[in-house]
Amino acid sequence: MEITLKLYAGLSQYLPENAVKHATKLDVSDAETAFSILEKFSVPKESAHLVLLNGVYLDSNQREHSTFSEGDILAVWPPVAGG
Amino acid sequence: MAWTRNVLRVNLTKGSITTEPLNMQWANDYLGQRGLATKYLVEETEPTVDALSPENKMIMTTGPLTGTMVSTAGRYSVVTKSPLTGAIACSNSGGYFGNEMKNAGWDMVILEGKSPKPVYLYIENDKAELIPADDLWGKSAWETDEQIHAKHQDPLVRIAVVGRAAEKGCLFSAIVNDLHRAAGRSGVGTVMASKNLKAVAIRGTLGVGGISDPTKFFQASQDGKKVLAENAVTGEGLPALGTQVLMNVINEVGALPTRNHREVQFEGASKISGEAMLEVRESDGKANLTTNGACFGCTIACQRISTVDKDHFSVKDKPQYHGNSGGLEFENAWSLGSDCGVDDLDAITAANFLCNEDAVDPISLGATIAAAMELFEEGAITVKDTGGMELKFGSAEALLWATEVTVRGEGFGKEIGQGSKRLCEKYGRPELSMTVKGQEFPAYDPRGIQGIGLAYATSNRGACHLRGYTVASEILGIPEKTDPLATDGKPGLVKAFQDATCVVDSAGICAFTTFAWSLEDIAPQIDAACEGDWSVERCLVVGERIWTMERDYNLAAGLTGKDDTLPKRLLKDVAKTGPAEGRANDLHKMLPEYYEVRGWTTDGVPTDETRSRLGL
Repeated sequence: MEITLKLYAGLSQYLPENAVKHATKLDVSDAETAFSILEKFSVPKESAHLVLLNGVYLDSNQREHSTFSEGDILAVWPPVAGG
Repeated sequence: MAWTRNVLRVNLTKGSITTEPLNMQWANDYLGQRGLATKYLVEETEPTVDALSPENKMIMTTGPLTGTMVSTAGRYSVVTKSPLTGAIACSNSGGYFGNEMKNAGWDMVILEGKSPKPVYLYIENDKAELIPADDLWGKSAWETDEQIHAKHQDPLVRIAVVGRAAEKGCLFSAIVNDLHRAAGRSGVGTVMASKNLKAVAIRGTLGVGGISDPTKFFQASQDGKKVLAENAVTGEGLPALGTQVLMNVINEVGALPTRNHREVQFEGASKISGEAMLEVRESDGKANLTTNGACFGCTIACQRISTVDKDHFSVKDKPQYHGNSGGLEFENAWSLGSDCGVDDLDAITAANFLCNEDAVDPISLGATIAAAMELFEEGAITVKDTGGMELKFGSAEALLWATEVTVRGEGFGKEIGQGSKRLCEKYGRPELSMTVKGQEFPAYDPRGIQGIGLAYATSNRGACHLRGYTVASEILGIPEKTDPLATDGKPGLVKAFQDATCVVDSAGICAFTTFAWSLEDIAPQIDAACEGDWSVERCLVVGERIWTMERDYNLAAGLTGKDDTLPKRLLKDVAKTGPAEGRANDLHKMLPEYYEVRGWTTDGVPTDETRSRLGL
């Protein structure tokens, strides 16, 4: 299935060269999780602070175990804040 | 004592300037800055006073840590009654002005009455004088700053000034200091201009002494800086991308108000984000962001210094806007950007320059323009009202036009300058005003972040994120992650953020330290600087005391629990996309419990028991 991976702020450096606007399309298997995908792109686990699946926060257990559906958007940030 | 213990009192009606000792009992009870100045205002004015009358007072105030070696300790606040909301106003600013005021030897400057003619106040340590400013009236904040600097021939004079908007009665006028920093919200600049006071210019060379325990203070402040440096947000994230890193975050979570809160996600968010500010423009080969910057004593350095392509329509043939200037914060990029449906980064940046140039709150300005755009699209406003301009969502040209006429107080800009509430009421569509207590919303939609809705509804200065930034917890996981769509636990969370923020705002430090610091980090720095035992527990009581005092001021001014609400759009019209799709804000589930945890009646009035417990 196809999903979209978005890496923002300091994590953008881990995106492939063909990424557009901080996003890249991926073909993933049924067994893939957020952590397994981040590992493929060499994103350090400790840098993935804010992990959102379709805008909803994934806790560490979900990052390890939740799988994807067609069209999902996985967006990841390092620790960030503003105001 | 980190307080100077000195107050400068300026009666503008009489032209008199006197000094007096700081009330140390009040300093012990209210710490400084926001809390202490509000105590003075409460004691010296009637809450029912007309905010723009000579009877209202305006207090410029520092905290006990302002001017010390604590990181970010350059803050000052302006406390007065707001002409926009009729509630208490307290606007906080960075830059260098607060430090200069403390170094001149003053904890606060109380400004009362109204000068018969335009003046500015010049302070050089213990000398202060009112100087005629007829030649400055009608000038922008930037021109005024330049002329005062030229007059005194000292580049280190720090100046806080109002622009043309305030002179023309724009109700959300700010006070800009150091050209690009602002006491921005609630119309404190309008109050200053109503007193015929164009600027306050300060040179202070006395230093800040009187630290209670210098050895302990040196260690505590160093410990604090280490925490900030080692924290990924304050040590890396904010310096690199500033607050604008939030644009994509808040859009992804479905809480980015778009087109006057009609929607909660903006298709153009990535084009106006912090990441976009780093991208090289095709037009001139430069990025929007030139570099970051820092306020006095700050080891975070989140300021944005930006340029606009000089051939962009917004600044073409206007060389005064071609250089580096104060860039976009998230709030400004949102209000001038997604709330107006505009995705042109150069245009938004240029509009932000104009807000700084004439000292206007970009949040209220952008949100009011967004309301005007919806009024236009609904047919309530026509080109007859605007003088020909089609105020359509997404139009960068309309945004720049509306910004220019508002900051200069010209034509239809005078109507925008009355704020969203009054504008929408005038044109018969009050429900289109996205305000609480008459103040415009910041950049978080309460349908996608439930707790911030409660924080907005109960904020003592009207809609504001900086009175209880639960977004830190609900979205960013600081200090702990909570579910943004849940209402359970939010009343307690909101109260905790509100009370802690009162302490931060009363100490002289920046709210952004709290992304790394808790009161466990802050209290030891206050404790080492100030005499007396400033434990975390005492700080929390002081914070709650300040919040409740502000509440009592508002109640005495005529506000009631019925004002603790949100616009119908946010309570009834559900979000159409994103994680909050199908949700409105469930304020009714949170507000009664909030009153309960505060020790207030079901009508939102602090009980006698609560007042007694807090020493009020």
